Amino acid sequence: MPDTLPTLLLVGHGMVGQRFLEALVERGVTRDHRVVVLCEEPRPAYDRVHLTSYFEGKGADELSLTPADFMHHNGIELHLGSPAEHIDRETRTVTARDGRTFAYDTLVLATGSYPFVPPVPGKDAEGCFVYRTIEDLEAIEAYAKSARSGAVVGGGLLGLEAAGALKNLGLDTRIVEFAPRLMPAQVDDGGGAALLRTIERMGLTVHTGAGTEAIVTGEAGRVSGMRLTDGSELPTDLVVFSAGVRPRDQLARECGLDVGERGGIKVDEECRTSDPAVFAIGECAQTVDGKVYGLVAPGYAMAEAAADAVAGFPGSFTGADMSTKLKLLGVDVASFGDAHGVSEGCLDVVYADSRSGTYKKLVIDPDGKLLGGVLVGDADAYGMLRPLTGSVPPVSPEQLVLPAGAGGPVKLGPDALPDDAVVCSCHNVTKGQICACGTLPEVKQCTKAGTGCGSCVKTILQLLPQSGDKGLCGCFGVTRAELYEIVKVKRITSYARLLDEHGRPEARGGEGCEICKPTVGSIIASLAPTIGADGYVLAGEQAALQDTNDHFLANMQRNGSYSIVPRIPGGEITPEKLIVIGEVARDYGLYTKITGGQRIDLFGARVDQLPGIWARLVDAGFESGHAYGKALRTVKSCVGQTWCRYGVQDSVRMAIDLELRYRGLRAPHKLKSAVSGCARECAEAQSKDFGVIATASGWNLYVGGNGGMTPRHADLLAQDLSDTELIRLIDRFLMFYIRTADRLERTASWLERLEGGLDHLRDVIVEDSLGLCDELESLMAAHVTGYRDEWAETLQDPERLSRFVSFVNAPGAPDPTVQFVAERDQMKPDLGALKPGTQVLIPEGALTVR
Amino acid sequence: MNLQLKLDEGWFTVCPAGAVQPGRGVAALLPDGRHAALFLDRSGRAYAIDNRDPFTGASVLSRGLLGSAEGRAFVASPLLKQRFDLESGRCLDDDGVTVRAYEVRVGQGH
Ligand code: SRM
Ligand SMILES: Cc1cc2nc3c(=O)[nH]c(=O)nc-3n(C[C@H](O)[C@H](O)[C@H](O)COP(=O)(O)OP(=O)(O)OC[C@H]3O[C@@H](n4cnc5c(N)ncnc54)[C@H](O)[C@@H]3O)c2cc1C
Ligand code: SF4
Ligand code: FES
Repeated sequence: MPDTLPTLLLVGHGMVGQRFLEALVERGVTRDHRVVVLCEEPRPAYDRVHLTSYFEGKGADELSLTPADFMHHNGIELHLGSPAEHIDRETRTVTARDGRTFAYDTLVLATGSYPFVPPVPGKDAEGCFVYRTIEDLEAIEAYAKSARSGAVVGGGLLGLEAAGALKNLGLDTRIVEFAPRLMPAQVDDGGGAALLRTIERMGLTVHTGAGTEAIVTGEAGRVSGMRLTDGSELPTDLVVFSAGVRPRDQLARECGLDVGERGGIKVDEECRTSDPAVFAIGECAQTVDGKVYGLVAPGYAMAEAAADAVAGFPGSFTGADMSTKLKLLGVDVASFGDAHGVSEGCLDVVYADSRSGTYKKLVIDPDGKLLGGVLVGDADAYGMLRPLTGSVPPVSPEQLVLPAGAGGPVKLGPDALPDDAVVCSCHNVTKGQICACGTLPEVKQCTKAGTGCGSCVKTILQLLPQSGDKGLCGCFGVTRAELYEIVKVKRITSYARLLDEHGRPEARGGEGCEICKPTVGSIIASLAPTIGADGYVLAGEQAALQDTNDHFLANMQRNGSYSIVPRIPGGEITPEKLIVIGEVARDYGLYTKITGGQRIDLFGARVDQLPGIWARLVDAGFESGHAYGKALRTVKSCVGQTWCRYGVQDSVRMAIDLELRYRGLRAPHKLKSAVSGCARECAEAQSKDFGVIATASGWNLYVGGNGGMTPRHADLLAQDLSDTELIRLIDRFLMFYIRTADRLERTASWLERLEGGLDHLRDVIVEDSLGLCDELESLMAAHVTGYRDEWAETLQDPERLSRFVSFVNAPGAPDPTVQFVAERDQMKPDLGALKPGTQVLIPEGALTVR
Repeated sequence: MNLQLKLDEGWFTVCPAGAVQPGRGVAALLPDGRHAALFLDRSGRAYAIDNRDPFTGASVLSRGLLGSAEGRAFVASPLLKQRFDLESGRCLDDDGVTVRAYEVRVGQGH
């Protein structure tokens, strides 16, 4: 490449910096520029907005915003851990901390902000932290291990989020806010009061109207408390300062660029600073409207404007909306537009209910135009109201704030939005642009809507066509339930035949797709004994339909290794079997963990090790636990009557009976169950697809429960059943579900969708209103008799076993990219081994992973 | 009949065509240490791309499900389900990403 290419130098690789690089790529700028990035942090850009989810187990890799190949693929030079220290505008060079100098033609500053720490005595003591980077969170997490209480200075958006995180780390947490209410920038007094009640109900202590005077330190200089301006003293082991941020404009000041009075590098509509060769974007910039924005959406808009300017396209940034929605678990708070009602002549419509901690205020102008609002306690309407801002809503404002059922047309559909309403404010995408796409993935790909904070996804889904086309996928125009009927009636056991005879015309003769193949594989497996198919999921052509997990009868993990979960019916296991699991795990060096489903998971097996491991497990009497399949998982149990002083039935025996009856049953989604020995419900049966609770005279059957993403409490279907009645009802329930549910629809959402709901279900499977019950029962009977253990069957077939190799042309060679490192006396995947160009050792010598 | 890949040095024989089930893939170790993923579609046509899933770094594309869209075959990564066109290696769900595609044939040679 000639070195005559102009150089674009970006200082700061945070959220906005990365968005800017993407915008450059989209505009083709990376093709005719050398692009160099100086990044202060030790890792490329990550999602700071979701920083707190780091505590919820999201690792640094999951938070990353930078696709693995992005820099390399677009020829961008990224220097990690290499902050810029000096800008020389005369010679157009930037010097980095390591002394290297970079010449530029265009310089872009995206240095973000730093957390403001009030200048109080003791602020640097051991135990004081800020909340901005992954390193900050790592330090807080480590320190919290030896702390019992924590205090957050600042009750704004970030302060509350930090407080929620401290609470989740197990600390007794207080929030100290100087202003008279929480989130002073976003909500008004009424909203603040509702928020306070909700936060206090979550177990956090709040001090408003109090400033921090000093941090008190105890022995060895560690934080022991803080003194407030009202004279009181709070004991605390840890302090997080979250008292606002300040733009990082030091570099710009030093080289003489214009800087705003209260900080922020001054820029024009194109985001150019007072030097036309230098741009500033994101939180470090002060925009033409005189503001420094502390939110990511305006930063992204600036990145687009600056990229337009660099590419020579028209584009500008003149100001942005400051809507926010708090991500703190359990509190719904949102504010948008003119939340404080500062516009001239504006009026408020307020609904407040302090019993439920709900407060909703809309700000409207005299003509009825919606200007903004505050929602606390119930922010469901946010997704709809934000885009309506600036227009006259189609229903009266009181209907928009009153709770459901309290009057008038309650739900305002997204249909009511004008086409130019901005639905995704992170990426500034309008309803019109979203409606031009067909599916959520398409929307995300074409417009990026929904890929920022995610708060608009619900509205996007409502906007997309619940199209007349109910087809399963691009290959089949019929639903899963219809396919099930076709397969059953025509006894079709071949996917190719099904596709060629019943697929959409354009899909016939093709390969099918990753959606319908496993679906059909599952239908054939559910119906196998009835339609004359082989019940074994890897038989013949069926093998090609299974997802990789079903294909290798194990669950694939992030580095391509697999996990193994033997069935442990009812969670009951003998010491001998426990020892075998221990021995197998030890001999193969597997990571072991007790699962949430009362069994044991062994992680980290290479595909070529699976048969050896299972040979030993099967030998000791274990069977597949189907942790990999859309099939029955576990039936959890409590100890029940046998041991427990409260138990009224033998819950363990019933759990084992149920697990053995339904094991191997393929379904539209996984199935979970539990049996409790009395109403104390230690087995959590009411959160299961089917749950059983003992009564003095029999069993109560609950259905449609779910934990997971959208928890649902199960509904009581029938009471005081005998053993036989119970099993008969569950047989019918499961087979009716398998027959009528959609792909990947748990019983909970199926029941929600079922027309007529629980009453209809009761009619069909208890009263037999459709005359289906005999058939449902005989389908289940066929399953129960036809059951064979998949792993035992696989081990007997040398041809099938030959598929369990890392490489078809080197059957003995292990996959060198599957590597592990030690953690807490066990092991975890070594993600470093997955990076391109890494040298890894395999017995045969060194190979380079490419 | 063997499945062969075109490498810089010439055709490289991987395995008998019968070792691959139509509609699925296998992984092969290449002489320079790379991993390739080979597939057969239902008509017996062969494809080969790099086995490394660029989104996760794991060497797993051979274990994905095959499909076709608008007459072109693709594989969906078993980890995060991104689809890759089997002829060009282009990712159908992310324009910026492509994996290497190999020329492949079902030939007599060894
Ligand atoms: C191992 C385990 C976590 C643990 O260490 O305890 C686990 C691990 C996984 N869960 Fe789970 N879940 C485990 C108990 C649960 C539970 C608790 C329970 O079953 O009592 C729940 C909530 C209950 C429920 O399902 O209603 C649970 C809700 C989920 C969900 C969300 C389901 C939903 O309806 O929203 C998923 C995602 C999915 O299935 O689509 C999931 C998916 C997964 C997958 C399969 C993700 C994947 O595709 O790789 C994980 C596979 C691990 C592996 O390879 O073995 N897991 N998962 C637990 C295995 C229990 C077992 O013995 O089989
Ligand atoms: C916990 C938390 C929650 C948040 N939640 C939300 C939310 O819900 N909604 C919302 O809109 N916003 C939220 N934000 C704010 C959002 O993260 C920021 O608006 C956004 O990150 C700004 O992007 P930026 O690129 O301007 O700055 P940053 O992402 O901070 O990036 C600036 C980068 O520049 C680097 N840098 C600085 N100086 C130099 C130098 N001299 N040389 C090289 N590199 C340098 C820094 O190390 C940093 O990596 C949240 C922030 C935090 C911390
Ligand atoms: S559910 Fe009842 S019987 Fe079972 S362990 Fe709990 S208290 Fe005992
Ligand atoms: S509003 Fe944040 S992703 Fe759309």
